[in-house]
Amino acid sequence: MHISEGVLSPAILIGGTVLTTAGVAIGLKKLDQDEIPLIGILSAAFFVASLIHVPVGPASVHLVLNGLLGLILGWKAFPAILVGLALQALLFQYGGITTLGVNTLNMALPAVICYYIFRQGLGKNAKRSVFALSAFFVGFLAVFFSGILVGFSLYFTGEAFLPAAKIVVLAHVPVMLIEGILTSACALFLRKVRPELLEGIYV
Amino acid sequence: MLETLPIYDSFLQRLDPRIKIISIFIFSILTAVSQKFNVLLLAFSISLAVFFTANIPIKEAIKRLIPVNTLVIFLWFFLPFTFKGNTVFTLFDLPVTLEGILLATMITVKSNVIMLMLIALTLSTPIVTIAHAMHEMKVPKKIVHLFFFTLRYIHVIHNEYIRLSNSMKIRSFKPKTNFHTYRTYAYMVGMLLIKSLERAQRVHNAMRCRGFNGNLYSLSNFSIQKTDKIVMAIMMILFLLLGIIEWTTIPLF
Repeated sequence: MHISEGVLSPAILIGGTVLTTAGVAIGLKKLDQDEIPLIGILSAAFFVASLIHVPVGPASVHLVLNGLLGLILGWKAFPAILVGLALQALLFQYGGITTLGVNTLNMALPAVICYYIFRQGLGKNAKRSVFALSAFFVGFLAVFFSGILVGFSLYFTGEAFLPAAKIVVLAHVPVMLIEGILTSACALFLRKVRPELLEGIYV
Repeated sequence: MLETLPIYDSFLQRLDPRIKIISIFIFSILTAVSQKFNVLLLAFSISLAVFFTANIPIKEAIKRLIPVNTLVIFLWFFLPFTFKGNTVFTLFDLPVTLEGILLATMITVKSNVIMLMLIALTLSTPIVTIAHAMHEMKVPKKIVHLFFFTLRYIHVIHNEYIRLSNSMKIRSFKPKTNFHTYRTYAYMVGMLLIKSLERAQRVHNAMRCRGFNGNLYSLSNFSIQKTDKIVMAIMMILFLLLGIIEWTTIPLF
């Protein structure tokens, strides 16, 4: 979920921007000029995924896919998500300019963390069941941590935001499960059809 | 949903994009950190003035303000009740505080003021021009390239998505809350990635064959005109004014 302009306190906005700048710098350093088309696609896919709605009971949620992005890209997820979110702000007015740092951090940091936690289980020689389970947790936890980070961004802005922050975290629960299932199935599919897409984690 | 943004011919549209981007950047930061209502009032007037030079239909602007205000409305359900302060009245036995209402109002004004300005920018400047301007403004080249590729592939992937979801419909796929649905969507996302990846590699190879060496050349040359300088000066004076009212006690209002 994107936090829009004008809600957060200056301290949070600055903190988010500084950390995102650091993350993007690391990502760019690892990013080779030749990889840009690939990363461009993934960040475009990340953008389009947010337009895909899947049903959950009577309601529907849109996909986030930050876990999948982290799984394929590692640190390079930072620039990819930054660009995706900048475009969402410009094209649809989701999020905004001053909140770009915080929003990128909230989505990209969990992706990078999950990448490092589950890297072993996603290796080339991992068993299918281990691979599927690891991918599930990447998708699941990436959204979980994102929800927590969004909640904390609101909470640190002011204690009055606490109930709203709790609701935001709760709203992430159904999304987590679906993201987990989807990331797992999608990663298995990619491993079968295009294993070289996942080679980032094999190194 | 992914139609290209309409660009309205206007005074704002003819300004140098770099000036617009810098102004909006400073303006957004000043407004976002402001804690005073008189600063926000001036900011609101500025954004309204800029908005009217952009010649954008009001209906279009209101449509684009909806996403911001969904979060704002969500916060209105909480903040007036949860912010500690003097109770003004009680609603369903819950005390509503003055401070809470003021905070929620402040957030509402800030969000809408900043967004109005952003809408004025995006509907007066093509996105590609914004990217070129970022390049001119020494944003890291890799980011600008990534921006261009992403912008291009959003449309490619979106079209591919429409094609795939149509072919799923033809095969009478009905999304429900079950594992089959989620797996189908997962495979669709995977297929989207693979198809687009192959396409990207083809395009990248074609670009290399035509001598792409990592440099971007813009067809439109940016040049600062006299009007640009005047607008920039006016904007800076206004921003200075915002800063003075916010951080000093000089009584300007």
